[in-house]
Amino acid sequence: MDQASQVSSPATAPEASVEKIDVDAVNKKEERSLYKARVKIYPKRATGFFRKLKWLVMAATLAVYYVAPWLRWDRGPNAPDQAILIDFPARRFYFFFIEIWPEEVYYLTGLLIIAALGLFLITSLAGRVWCGYTCPQTVWTDLFIWVERFVEGDRSARIRLDKQPLSVNKVARKSVKHALWLLIGMATGGAWIFYFADAPTLLVDLFTLQAPVVAYSTVAVLTASTYIFGGMMREQVCTFMCPWPRIQGALVDEDSLIVSYKDDRGEPRAPFRKNQDWSERADCIDCNQCVAVCPMGIDIRDGQQLECIHCALCIDACNEVMTRIDRPLNLISYDTFVNHERRATGQPTQKPRLIRARTVIYSALISAVGLLMLATLLTRATLDINILHDRNPLFVKLSDGGVRNGYTIKILNKQHEVRRFEIAVDGLDNALVTVVGHDGTSGLEVPADKLAQFRVFVSVPPASVPDGRQDFDFIVTDVVDGNRAVNDTIFRGPEK
Amino acid sequence: MAHNAEKDAVTGVETTGHEWDGIKELNNPLPRWWLWTFYITVLWSIGYWVVYPAWPLVSSYTEGMFGYSSRQEVMDRIAEAKEAQSEYLGKIETASLDEIRGDSELLNFALAGGRSAFAVNCSQCHGQGAQGFVGYPNLNDDAWIWGGKPDEIMTTILYGIRSDHDDTRYSEMPAFGRDGLLERPQINEVVEYVLQISGQDHDSGMATAGKDVFVEQCAACHGENGEGIRETGAPRLTDSIWLYGGDRDTLRATVTNARYGVMPAWTGRLDEATIKQLAVYVHSLGGGE
Ligand code: SF4
Ligand code: SF4
Repeated sequence: MDQASQVSSPATAPEASVEKIDVDAVNKKEERSLYKARVKIYPKRATGFFRKLKWLVMAATLAVYYVAPWLRWDRGPNAPDQAILIDFPARRFYFFFIEIWPEEVYYLTGLLIIAALGLFLITSLAGRVWCGYTCPQTVWTDLFIWVERFVEGDRSARIRLDKQPLSVNKVARKSVKHALWLLIGMATGGAWIFYFADAPTLLVDLFTLQAPVVAYSTVAVLTASTYIFGGMMREQVCTFMCPWPRIQGALVDEDSLIVSYKDDRGEPRAPFRKNQDWSERADCIDCNQCVAVCPMGIDIRDGQQLECIHCALCIDACNEVMTRIDRPLNLISYDTFVNHERRATGQPTQKPRLIRARTVIYSALISAVGLLMLATLLTRATLDINILHDRNPLFVKLSDGGVRNGYTIKILNKQHEVRRFEIAVDGLDNALVTVVGHDGTSGLEVPADKLAQFRVFVSVPPASVPDGRQDFDFIVTDVVDGNRAVNDTIFRGPEK
Repeated sequence: MAHNAEKDAVTGVETTGHEWDGIKELNNPLPRWWLWTFYITVLWSIGYWVVYPAWPLVSSYTEGMFGYSSRQEVMDRIAEAKEAQSEYLGKIETASLDEIRGDSELLNFALAGGRSAFAVNCSQCHGQGAQGFVGYPNLNDDAWIWGGKPDEIMTTILYGIRSDHDDTRYSEMPAFGRDGLLERPQINEVVEYVLQISGQDHDSGMATAGKDVFVEQCAACHGENGEGIRETGAPRLTDSIWLYGGDRDTLRATVTNARYGVMPAWTGRLDEATIKQLAVYVHSLGGGE
């Protein structure tokens, strides 16, 4: 099935000839029309360093994605033991030792900011490497192309198969391919829902038809979207649906490493004839290998293009050719605009400058946000109180001439065990505190990992009634470990 | 089409003849998938007419195949909610007020129900926060004309004050001035006395004279020392809470013309469970005894 071996050299020539592939860069600038129907791309298999790197990244990302929900993390008796869990009903997010409550979603904001800045940083360093290696769209498309190649053969075999009239062979191959795609799609959807419930339980429930409807529908939707995006639409998603290609232009500069073709070395391109003297010609032999492997259907020799995802497969393809014809590698390579210009003006090239204003600023921002998050995470209280002063009525006059204010106090116990608290006030003379439904103000019980609400009245005798308003503090103390939280609020009296 | 078929030089596509600021619109057909989406929505809407109520007729409407009605759906949901509450409501109906207050689950339910019933039925007079207005008692404070224990509160809710219910209660303060029971100077004296016992600025000479008037005319209802008597619904006069106001002028008006507040009887208008929830809620406002 593997067609790569066809691109081989007659044993006689030391500088082997390389077959020119008859391929059109379907997304070539001149052909790129918004109104044109899609032309199918048949990416040829590439081999080489970057292809290997891509396999590795794919293996790593998929492994993380599929395995992560199965990791366990012991949090004690009152909490789930799944290392990564988004618990919607209980409104908690667990991530190893971190546990995030709804009012702490700013951690999520922080993570998103770090992710965005990270993307900026990596883009300013090496262009769209996110797109080329780690983007889920790329990873799954790559996986789907691999399946396709496995079932239908490489580029030319696939083209031939598609041209064939319907036959048992064709139908069989196509069905196997689509079935495998659907299976992968299903595994994708399946893995996703495990992040939202106890994975082992959910797996059993899924197969015994006990799982909630939303689990099945999520699997169905994700199966469909993976199948359609990864199997059918592929480069269309990157080119037409994804906003990122439009944004990246603003993030790369002349020092960014960009997959590019050295036209000073390659042009004018011409087919290679045996025993031709290299001193008389340029290095590109116009074999179109770089075009044939491109999953985006472009010709890198046309220069920077919006479609290019910097997957570097064209580098692999061309380097293989260069090896075969015994020319220096990296006619296509990760290179900077600076170097392209220096070569054009005959200057020596220089190492890419990794440390420059842009990358320093991004790194500094990432560290700042990261440290800030870490600091808040480490100093985070396991006790939170929230005080609501009654607005209606603002205060109540008592028969002895004193004044009483009502408060709703919410105590958030973030520990995984029941705790008892004591409420006291500070900064209000002769205040009498009572908690509705409790004798006294001590031993107020808050269940593990829960929020409890108490109605609290504070009364002051006539002599101490403040004129208008007075600030004071509520002090909530854990009766057992002495942990306390102090929150300020106001006491209202009549304006005298 | 009326316009001449002009072709765009760059794309070779016909223009529609529309032009804005020199920009001409190309006559491109809709993408096919868009067109199909449109056709499908049209078909969908026809299916919708068949299945659901859709077209208004002169005096009715097309009812659809399954007789669906959003009004009915709301009714069903309400019935469902009632059904879900019925367990608690049943318990509340049979439990005593103390039992309700002793069971935290039942208490929470009763407080929530009481709050909403209060907002609907009571807040018009007593205020949204039960803070009261002049003539309408504040239910948050610790002064109760007819008693602030849960049962007493419930009695007041059940039968009201001066309502049309047979078991209702009256506080019958005479209009001392209007009916000529007291002379104007006597009224002024007794007002000074009330100012004195409630700890306000007063003329002590007049107050001393007023004390005699008070003992003779007022003590029967308001108590020997003005401490109030709940059976007669006569408020305590020695504290700093006043239903109509405790200043000299207001007191004088009160003694002269008397006050007759009213409260409707809720028995018969609200069911037993609701009234119990209301009593528990009002008691919980902070002043309950
Ligand atoms: S041009 Fe090269 S780097 Fe760009 S998408 Fe095609 S193969 Fe990948
Ligand atoms: S750039 Fe390399 S792979 Fe592409 S046509 Fe030229 S020699 Fe062939």
